[in-house]
Amino acid sequence: MDRILEVVIAKYNYWIYIVLMMIGLYGVIAKNNLVKKIVGMSIFQTAIILFFISMGMKKGATIPIIIHGQEASVRASDYINPLPHVLMLTAIVVAVSTLGVALALAVKVYKEFDTLEEDEILEKIRKS
Amino acid sequence: MRILGILVCVATGAMLIWASGEFPPWGDPNSPASLHVSPRYIEKTMEETSVPNAVTSVLADYRGYDTMFETTVIFAAGVSCFMLLRLFSGRERSSHHYRHILTGLTLRVRRKGKQLPELEEFEPMDSLWTPYDLILRTLCRFLIPFIQLFALYVIAHGHHSPGGGFQGGVILGASMILLAISQDMRSALRRIRERTLAIFSVAGVAIYAGTGALCLILGSNFLDYAALSRIFPVDPVGARSLGIFLVEVGVGIAVMATMIVIYHNLASEGFLDEGL
Amino acid sequence: MIWQLDLVILTLVVICGIGSLMIKDLLGAAILFGAYSFMMCVLWAVMGAVDVAFTEASVGAGVSTVFFVAAVFHTTRRTKD
Repeated sequence: MDRILEVVIAKYNYWIYIVLMMIGLYGVIAKNNLVKKIVGMSIFQTAIILFFISMGMKKGATIPIIIHGQEASVRASDYINPLPHVLMLTAIVVAVSTLGVALALAVKVYKEFDTLEEDEILEKIRKS
Repeated sequence: MRILGILVCVATGAMLIWASGEFPPWGDPNSPASLHVSPRYIEKTMEETSVPNAVTSVLADYRGYDTMFETTVIFAAGVSCFMLLRLFSGRERSSHHYRHILTGLTLRVRRKGKQLPELEEFEPMDSLWTPYDLILRTLCRFLIPFIQLFALYVIAHGHHSPGGGFQGGVILGASMILLAISQDMRSALRRIRERTLAIFSVAGVAIYAGTGALCLILGSNFLDYAALSRIFPVDPVGARSLGIFLVEVGVGIAVMATMIVIYHNLASEGFLDEGL
Repeated sequence: MIWQLDLVILTLVVICGIGSLMIKDLLGAAILFGAYSFMMCVLWAVMGAVDVAFTEASVGAGVSTVFFVAAVFHTTRRTKD
């Protein structure tokens, strides 16, 4: 019982990030509406970014901007890791670009088929 | 499909949770992510680039290639939205609405066609009738210059505080989107035309690649900003800081233009005449 | 890193994520997605990633929600699932 509790306390935040990723994945796979699929894709992307940011944390360290008076004696264990932040900045910008293109595609699909539900679109394609 | 989806998600989640037993404990300074090259970035960022914000110096100097291609991705997204949605023929309407500028009287002209001529005392109104809201229009008209000033501050101050090119560019784009929402899209298009937006989005990528090419011409590697000390009167460390600032300006301009282009095309279904 | 704050914001994030996928009105899904984005931004700011939180606040909770509302406005607002 004690061992289970200490494993839970050490790793619970990783489990919540995995739950969030799986919610996003379920939205992409199982929802019929196109806009809900796009929302699921965005949830998945931000959950991945959250996971990466949590990897760069260091206990007792401050934000990665060098403090004004202490430029001569910089120790790497005083500042959190800036490398995941840089990669995730690129990831956020790419996410918003794909969101824009995906929504443009959804608007075009609605103009053509007059519905956004995936099963109705497949039926209309099969009939014509 | 739902049951299959739930099964796949639960199976993947279970596998990932089982793999999370091997992750390093959270917040450990000796975890493998923080050991190999990032201590060098933190320790050397002041003496090699004189930029206190470690994220900006890594983004624009140590990993400048990635940021250049990310700017290209933003530009490509703007181009694809334009090519998917934009229609140059006007929208077919069954009735047109006009508003008298001085008294606020609204007219409805029932005539089919694309667009009636612009009259002197009447301004064309959006056909989805939105009430003329004085508070919203005046308030946003006061607010937008301050938003733009803050965005320019965020771009310029990216060396010392959180911020930089992307954030400032997005806030600049959001200020023009606010103008298009609070007034109508025609006044936003009068301020910045579509051709100007296209030129800006290309100019942003060109400034970034041009800074790299300038360093190449001056004899050093591509995107090696220390070579800029040959034409600007700064030492190599200050030249790297200057190079970071130039590429951040390029990124900001490209991001602003792309956000406005995507919004205009989405909100007017490609016709660019009336919006939300 | 205050673990109580962390846990509360993570719970809110999961609830907003599930709610945004389950609601039957697409405009409500867009607004809940904006709230989810903003809660993520707060979470990253608490973890010390100030640049990333700034970007997510301006991009996710600002521009991304506007794109969603614009797209929902020109398609339909109701959905069966």
